Amino acid sequence: MSESIVLDHATDHDDHGPAKGFTRWLFTTNHKDIGTLYLYFSLIMFFVGGIMALIVRAELLEPGKVLINPEFFNQMTTMHGLIMVFGVIMPAMAGLANWMIPLMIGAPDMALPRLNNWSFWLLPFAFTMLASTLFMSGPAPDFGWTFYAPLSTTYGPKSTDFFIFAIHMMGISSIMASLNIVVTIFNMRAPGMGWMNLPVFVWGWLVTAFLLLAVMPVLAGCVTMMLMDRHFHTSFFDAAGGGDPSLFQHVFWFFGHPEVYILILPGFGVISEIIPTFSRKSLFGYRFMVVATVIIALLGLVVWGHHMFTTGAPLEAQLYFMYATMLIAVPTGIKIFNWVATIFKGSISFETPMLFALGFLVMFTLGGFSGLMLGLVPADYQYRDSYFVVAHFHYVLVSGSLFTIIAAVYYWLPKWSGHMYSEKLGQIHFWLTVIGMNLTFMPMHFLGLAGMPRRIPDYALQFTDFNQYCTVGAFIFGFAQLIFLYIILKSCFSKDKGHVSAQVWEGAKGLEWTLPSPVPYHTFATPPVITTGHREY
Amino acid sequence: MNTKIPATKNNKRLITILVCGVIFMFGFCYMLVPLYNIVCKQIGFNGKSANSATLVNPNMQVDTSRTIKVDFSTTMHGNLNFKFIPLQRHIEVHPGERKLIYFYAENKTGKDITVQAIPSITPNDAARFLKKTECFCFTQQYFFKGEKADMPVYFFIDPAVPKETKEMTLSYTLFDETEFIKKQKHFTKGRIDL
Ligand SMILES: [Cu+2]
Repeated sequence: MSESIVLDHATDHDDHGPAKGFTRWLFTTNHKDIGTLYLYFSLIMFFVGGIMALIVRAELLEPGKVLINPEFFNQMTTMHGLIMVFGVIMPAMAGLANWMIPLMIGAPDMALPRLNNWSFWLLPFAFTMLASTLFMSGPAPDFGWTFYAPLSTTYGPKSTDFFIFAIHMMGISSIMASLNIVVTIFNMRAPGMGWMNLPVFVWGWLVTAFLLLAVMPVLAGCVTMMLMDRHFHTSFFDAAGGGDPSLFQHVFWFFGHPEVYILILPGFGVISEIIPTFSRKSLFGYRFMVVATVIIALLGLVVWGHHMFTTGAPLEAQLYFMYATMLIAVPTGIKIFNWVATIFKGSISFETPMLFALGFLVMFTLGGFSGLMLGLVPADYQYRDSYFVVAHFHYVLVSGSLFTIIAAVYYWLPKWSGHMYSEKLGQIHFWLTVIGMNLTFMPMHFLGLAGMPRRIPDYALQFTDFNQYCTVGAFIFGFAQLIFLYIILKSCFSKDKGHVSAQVWEGAKGLEWTLPSPVPYHTFATPPVITTGHREY
Repeated sequence: MNTKIPATKNNKRLITILVCGVIFMFGFCYMLVPLYNIVCKQIGFNGKSANSATLVNPNMQVDTSRTIKVDFSTTMHGNLNFKFIPLQRHIEVHPGERKLIYFYAENKTGKDITVQAIPSITPNDAARFLKKTECFCFTQQYFFKGEKADMPVYFFIDPAVPKETKEMTLSYTLFDETEFIKKQKHFTKGRIDL
């Protein structure tokens, strides 16, 4: 063993291993280290946000007050939403990008490694600042994750300013990360790695990065306007001074709708990697997949009005936003059909990543359908602001984005750590997660249709039993994630010598699977030369 | 890597382009504000077309074949202690016919105060056809402690209003403007002080 280390050092003369101690993580510019940091950060925030969700569900176990007062309930729903969107899904996707993009395109590292370090290290500060509001004497942000004015301006608690700066910091972090990703994909591809030869995950992230660059500045502008309204005597959103609160919704959703594609497009990429591997077939309709991703992103920029049907928008605008929204179902449908066609007649095996990918395929489609229902103007008048909306976006965010992240972790964990996870525990984790997830969110559809509004700490008696299913489901889901935590930690910190092959999965194709497992600290110092379409079967 | 130096140059160019894009989008966010106001004014959304004066087309014909019922409603914003009500709950007008109506306002806040009424008109498809030649809502209004007044609105409905419009609502929300007082004379034009 020591011999091989000596050998390694002899061959790679400038290959210094990672530095020791905490400073390794603080000063690292290594894309794998930064990817790991992002993923651990996301994992921690996942449990923080998850505990908040469980507090919310516990309060909703019965009508009346169960555990917490309504003020704290509002803070919990708000913080849960903010943390899950900005602190879990986005950093996890960024972590996957950092780890996998250089490995997939044959680059030695990200193009701008120091910027990369900075974009990660802004996040812990941003979220410490956000979480610190919970311990202040005034209430923490309590206006919902969409922070509509005037709830967040005229009536916002003092801590809103902390929230605004937290959003600014994580916005800067996302913009720098996207900048890095775009430059890496444009300039660092190995020779022979043409655009139409890129792994779909890389394509998904490229499009996402452009979306982030386009809309994160708008979010920054939006919270800056809030800050100005709160402290600098402007009135962007205050009708008393000539502003307009519905302007807030336009600005916010101009960011907010593309944001949902930011949360899911990298996940689409992950699924497009996993399904071919476990079906042992190449991805059906690669070009269509790429074009569909681009079209989804472009359409995503011009449909924000579907969040505002009941604000009194003119009929023509409502019709336009409705049809444009429906149109997105076409490229999304193409993707779903292509994944199904990839599975069709494949020799399929059901390892945990594939299970999560299939779970995604079924349940994300369900979430898509409820999205179509919400996109219909006449139907939306009934469904808006009800639990139906909550059910919809949890189906696309939990069984959508989160499932793709979990699938990605199972898929690449052996590659990262060099240790196979426990397949048996993985399967248990999957089934508990699926059962918990459906038990939690399926009844919410019916609660919403029956008229239960979202964001309330109390409800009418007739909603009790369905709310109790939700709460039980939520605790099953939460418990299942402890298994996930155990699996990850066991695989990462296992002392016994790993014997995972380079390819890991029998059907895995792509540059990352040519590297040994675990991946050495420095890879592709000399770029590999790609001569064939390497993803062909 | 033998292409290292050109790659760095490419990086710089690409980064410059992307950073410019980011700055542009930040500016675009602020550009949405005037853009929004222009669009709202065009379509009459949120009373944006009803808070400035329009001129009457001298050739305008009164369309006596149609009658539109116009309802008036008022709201006080927040805890503003004012009595603010229309003298008539609703009136019937023919398109093209000019009308004068009054709103009664009484300052019960116990101090001098500047307020402004912000209009809103429904239904949205007809909103831009309700036009005002004069209205107390065009400017901020100054009220002494305990002052009461009837405040005028001159309006007409453009005959081009959609055929299916039978009923419209003109509503005002009265805002406390203490934070946003404009430098102008205390504006009370047309008011009947009581
Ligand atoms: Cu949307």
